[in-house]
Amino acid sequence: MDKSHFDRHTSAQYNAELEEARKNLMQMGGLVEQQVEDALKALMEMDTALAQRVIETDKTVNDMELEIDEECTRILALRHPAASDLRFVIAVTKAVNDLERMGDEASKVAKHTLELADTGSGPQGYVELRHIGEKVRQMVSQSLDSFARLNTDSAFDVLQQDQAVDLEYGTAIRTLVTTMMEDPRTITRALNVMWSLRSLERIGDHARNVAESVIYLVKGKDVRHIKLDQVEAQIKKK
Amino acid sequence: MTITNQYTEHKADTVTVAKTEPDQFDIGDWTQTVGDPLLDDPRLSARNVDVFYADNQAIHNVSLDVGKNEVIAMIGPSGCGKSTFLRTLNRMNDSIDICRVKGEIILDGHNIYDKSMDVVELRAKVGMVFQKPNPFPKSIYDNVAYGPRIHGLVSRRAELDEVVETALRKAGLWDEAKDRLDKPATGLSGGQQQRLCIARTIAVSPEVILMDEPCSALDPIATARIEELIAELSENYTIAIVTHSMQQAARVSQRTAYFHLGKLIEVGDTDKIFTSPDHKLTEDYITGRFG
Repeated sequence: MDKSHFDRHTSAQYNAELEEARKNLMQMGGLVEQQVEDALKALMEMDTALAQRVIETDKTVNDMELEIDEECTRILALRHPAASDLRFVIAVTKAVNDLERMGDEASKVAKHTLELADTGSGPQGYVELRHIGEKVRQMVSQSLDSFARLNTDSAFDVLQQDQAVDLEYGTAIRTLVTTMMEDPRTITRALNVMWSLRSLERIGDHARNVAESVIYLVKGKDVRHIKLDQVEAQIKKK
Repeated sequence: MTITNQYTEHKADTVTVAKTEPDQFDIGDWTQTVGDPLLDDPRLSARNVDVFYADNQAIHNVSLDVGKNEVIAMIGPSGCGKSTFLRTLNRMNDSIDICRVKGEIILDGHNIYDKSMDVVELRAKVGMVFQKPNPFPKSIYDNVAYGPRIHGLVSRRAELDEVVETALRKAGLWDEAKDRLDKPATGLSGGQQQRLCIARTIAVSPEVILMDEPCSALDPIATARIEELIAELSENYTIAIVTHSMQQAARVSQRTAYFHLGKLIEVGDTDKIFTSPDHKLTEDYITGRFG
């Protein structure tokens, strides 16, 4: 399947509708990607104005979710898509849902940033946040890119990265728990860091979901809830 | 629907194979049917079937099994041979002089194209419902009673009454027709006429029912009733249906066969064909990319 695949229907109007859905998804993806990047930047630099903007952007992201969902419902009702078109519409609906949730998590990070700014900054968890944050941002970007290019190899790479992020998240949480036990005065702050980490990890999970939708779209195989080597086998299968 | 002896003379033995250049068919690298055309315990088996209209080959080496109590849908663009193939299954093509069939169609262990096959009996076993409802210009009762009478399936009037009632009930027409059984069938609505034709088909207790676009002349409600009926009938009969409506194929069938330019491209579970078909042509057709 290549990108031009969606452009060859007998009905040009149908082509246009699918293209519109694709374009809007990518636009929403771009917005969410920016939101995640800004949330991270605000957190790292304690930029409260930027954090505020991230929270405000969430409204636009929510509106886009509704708009694209409505578009997909209309295509389902009027066009009765089948096979790859059906998978495309399903994948878009799912991806939109995941993107909206990523937006929510990015706002949460921004809210924790505002709280952290209130309580005053400290070094604990900073390295982990930056590291995991950067990885997750990369995953979001790559999952969207693999959707745009219908590239399953790139999507599979996102799945692998998610596993690495989950491991790193576990380690970071253990470190923070130790810090809290050693010095109870850090608890409020450490909790905010923890929740931010948690949100970032969730963003990674959603990026993984988007990547799984891409594999479903291209290969017609549902690769949720199976081991990575099985996913790889499904992708390689013709 | 007069069935004369001319149909028992089959011309399969005198077939000369028309030479076909593969590249005259724009179907890419087609070599064999994708999916699972053959079953372990089929009700009806087609093996290496070729059909010719004079020198034109309409069907190319199609092998396909139809399972017991299964609804199989045959889809494909106009002129792909799906109706021609369906008509070979009860030798309906015999009535076309220039039509010749090669290969075997096995029903109950016998090739229906054997010289010894009684075509009248065959068509009682393999009934057919057509695109346009075609009731006889007789009463509703006589339409349904026609088959059992000519096949000598009943000896007494009471028995015949019962057969007619059962058939009309199975076809979901009894409640609407029971008070007007002696009225002309042509007075029924299109959807009722089609159900009457189905009742007429099942009155002779067929094993297989062939349907050639049975709903294309009906409104959505009549269509829904026929589709419901197909689901009910599939408990007792094997059904092969040709349809242009892909949604209908998706709704009523368990397996779907995709034909293209006389070749059977892909066969598989209907769910699979409509969500992730393996062959590109199937994909292109059901997603509306040509045709």
